[in-house]
Amino acid sequence: MTLFVHVKHRYESLSIDVVFEAPPGLTVLFGPSGCGKTSIMRAVAGLLRSDRAEISLDDHVLSDGRRFLPPHKRGLGYVFQDHRLFPHMSVLQNLRYGQRFAQGGGIELGEERVIELLGLGPLRDRRPVALSGGEAARVALGRALLARPRMLLADEPLASLDAARKAEILPYFERLRDELDVPILYVSHSAAEVARLATTIVALSQGRVVKTGAARDVLADPNITPAGPRAVGAVLDAQVRTHHSDGLTELDAGGIALFLPNVSAPVGAMLRVRIAAQDVILSTDAPGAISALNHIPGQVKSMRAGSGPGTIVALDTAAGALLARITARSAKALDLQEGRAVWAIVKTVSVAPDDVGGGRG
Amino acid sequence: MWLAPAEWAAVALSVQVAFWATLVSLPLGLLAAYALARWSFPGKQWLNALVHLPLILPPVVTGYLLLLTFGLRAPLGGFLAEFGIVFAFRWTGAALAAAVMAFPLMVRAMRLSIQAVDPKLEEAAATLGASRIWVFLTVVLPLSLPGILTGAILAFAKAMGEFGATITFVSNIPGQTQTLPTAIYAFLQVPGGESSALRLVIVSVLVSIGALLLSEFLAHRLTGRNAT
Repeated sequence: MTLFVHVKHRYESLSIDVVFEAPPGLTVLFGPSGCGKTSIMRAVAGLLRSDRAEISLDDHVLSDGRRFLPPHKRGLGYVFQDHRLFPHMSVLQNLRYGQRFAQGGGIELGEERVIELLGLGPLRDRRPVALSGGEAARVALGRALLARPRMLLADEPLASLDAARKAEILPYFERLRDELDVPILYVSHSAAEVARLATTIVALSQGRVVKTGAARDVLADPNITPAGPRAVGAVLDAQVRTHHSDGLTELDAGGIALFLPNVSAPVGAMLRVRIAAQDVILSTDAPGAISALNHIPGQVKSMRAGSGPGTIVALDTAAGALLARITARSAKALDLQEGRAVWAIVKTVSVAPDDVGGGRG
Repeated sequence: MWLAPAEWAAVALSVQVAFWATLVSLPLGLLAAYALARWSFPGKQWLNALVHLPLILPPVVTGYLLLLTFGLRAPLGGFLAEFGIVFAFRWTGAALAAAVMAFPLMVRAMRLSIQAVDPKLEEAAATLGASRIWVFLTVVLPLSLPGILTGAILAFAKAMGEFGATITFVSNIPGQTQTLPTAIYAFLQVPGGESSALRLVIVSVLVSIGALLLSEFLAHRLTGRNAT
C-alpha cells in the first residue's frame, strides 16, 4: 500500500507545499521543529482542513478537490505525541475503543497479539493516570493498532519520553516495521530515531520537501541536514559475527570488521548501525598505532563546506556510504578531493547503544 | 403527614413541574451547551444572549412574553392548542415557565464542564473511527457528567422555586397551577395563613439544601471515579 500526499496550507509564518509518496515500510517526515511536519500529518488524518489536500491510499481517495473524508472514515491509526488516552476508561477499554468502529480493510492483529507484542498484559485494568509515560505510549500505540487501521500515523510518539523510555519503545516500532505489513508514516526531528527506524525519508525544511528517497541514501547525503550538522550520520548494515570476552561485539559490514560496545543481539542478527559524522576521523595514510578499533578504507565521493568551519565529507566504502564531519582546515591539509583514497577511523565507544537498532529496515 | 391537603397539593405540583421542566429541557440544554462550548457559527453571540435572557429580564417580563407567545389567543399558542398542547393556565405552562427560567443556569453549568473536556481527546476518538455523535456519547458525555448533573439539579431547584414568570403566565390556581412559592405567597395574603406558609417554607428550604447536597455528592463521586 502506498500513500500519496499533496498538501498545501498557508499559515501566517509558514507556507506548506509538499508532494510525496510513502511506500510500504516506515516513512519518516524528517525536519526541524516548525517545518510543518505535524500539519502534514494532521492533513493526512483529516484533522486539519488544509487549503489544498490531495491524499490517497493506493486508489482509495481520502481527500481531493471535491471530497473530504472526515477523520473517522479514513481508517488511519494516529499515535499522538501526548498519547491522549481516555481518562475515564481502563487500559483495556482504551485498547478496545476503536474496535466497534473498525471498517475492515486494515490490519487484523487481534487483541491478544497486540497485548503480547506491546507487553500490555499487566496494565490491562489500570487507569491511564496510573501509567508511566512509556506505558501510556505503548497503550496509545496498541489502541491505534486495534482499530484495524489501513495505515499508522505516528507523530513524534517518543518526543515526550526520556532517553530510557525511548529505548524501551523504539524496539516496538522496529518490530511493527519488520513483522507487520502496516505502512507507517512517522514524524521525527531526532536523527538517531530516524536512522534506526526509517526505510524511506521525506526530508522537510520550511514547509518544502528537500529530498525524499530510501533512508540510506538520504542519510548519506551531505547536503541534507534537517536536524543540523551535529546530527548528521550515515547508517551501515551489519551482521553480528562474534561476541568477544572483553565486552566487544564484532560485526561484519560488507566484509569489514566493526567493533562495537556489547550489543545484545544474537550472532547472525542483522543490525543498523548509525555512525555520527562528527565521530569519524579521516586519515590519508593507513592508520598505525592508534587506539580507535574501526578502520574503514574508502574513497571520497563528495564534499560539502558548511557556513562555519566544518566540512562534511561523503565516503564510499565496502561497508556502505559514510559521512565524516571534519574542519575545512583539515580537509585542506589532507588535500581531500573527490576520488581520494582515505581511511575512516571510528572509536568503538563513540557508538552509543541508541545508535544500534535491530532489523532489516 | 403534617402538611394540609392544599399544602401537599402545592408541594406535589411543584415537584411534578420541576421534574418535567428539567427532563424536557435537558437535551435542549445539552445541545445549546455543546454548541456554545465547541462550535463556532454565525449568530453564536445571539444564541448566547438568548439563552441568558431569562436570567437578566425581570421574571414578570418573561412570564408576560410567554403569555404573548403561548397564550390561547397568541398565534403559536393557538396553533399548538389545535394539537391539544395547551400551556396557558395549566400545570404544563408552569413547567414551561420554570424550564425557561432555569435554562440559563443549566446551560452555564453544562457549558463549563464541556469546555473542560480536552478537545484533543475528541480528535483521538475521531481517528479511532468514532463519528461525532459517538465521540459525544463516549467521550464528552462521560467526562462532563458531573457538570451535566450539577446543571440538571440546579435547574430542578430553580424550577421548584420559580415565582414571577409562573404567576404571570399561569396565575395561581390551587390544585392546578399553584406551586410551592405561589402557594406561600397566597397563604401570606390571607389572615391566619402564616403557619401554612411557614410549613411550606421549611419544605422549600429542605428541598433546596437536599438538591445542593445531592449535586455535590454526585460531582464528588463521579470525579473521584475518573481520577483513579
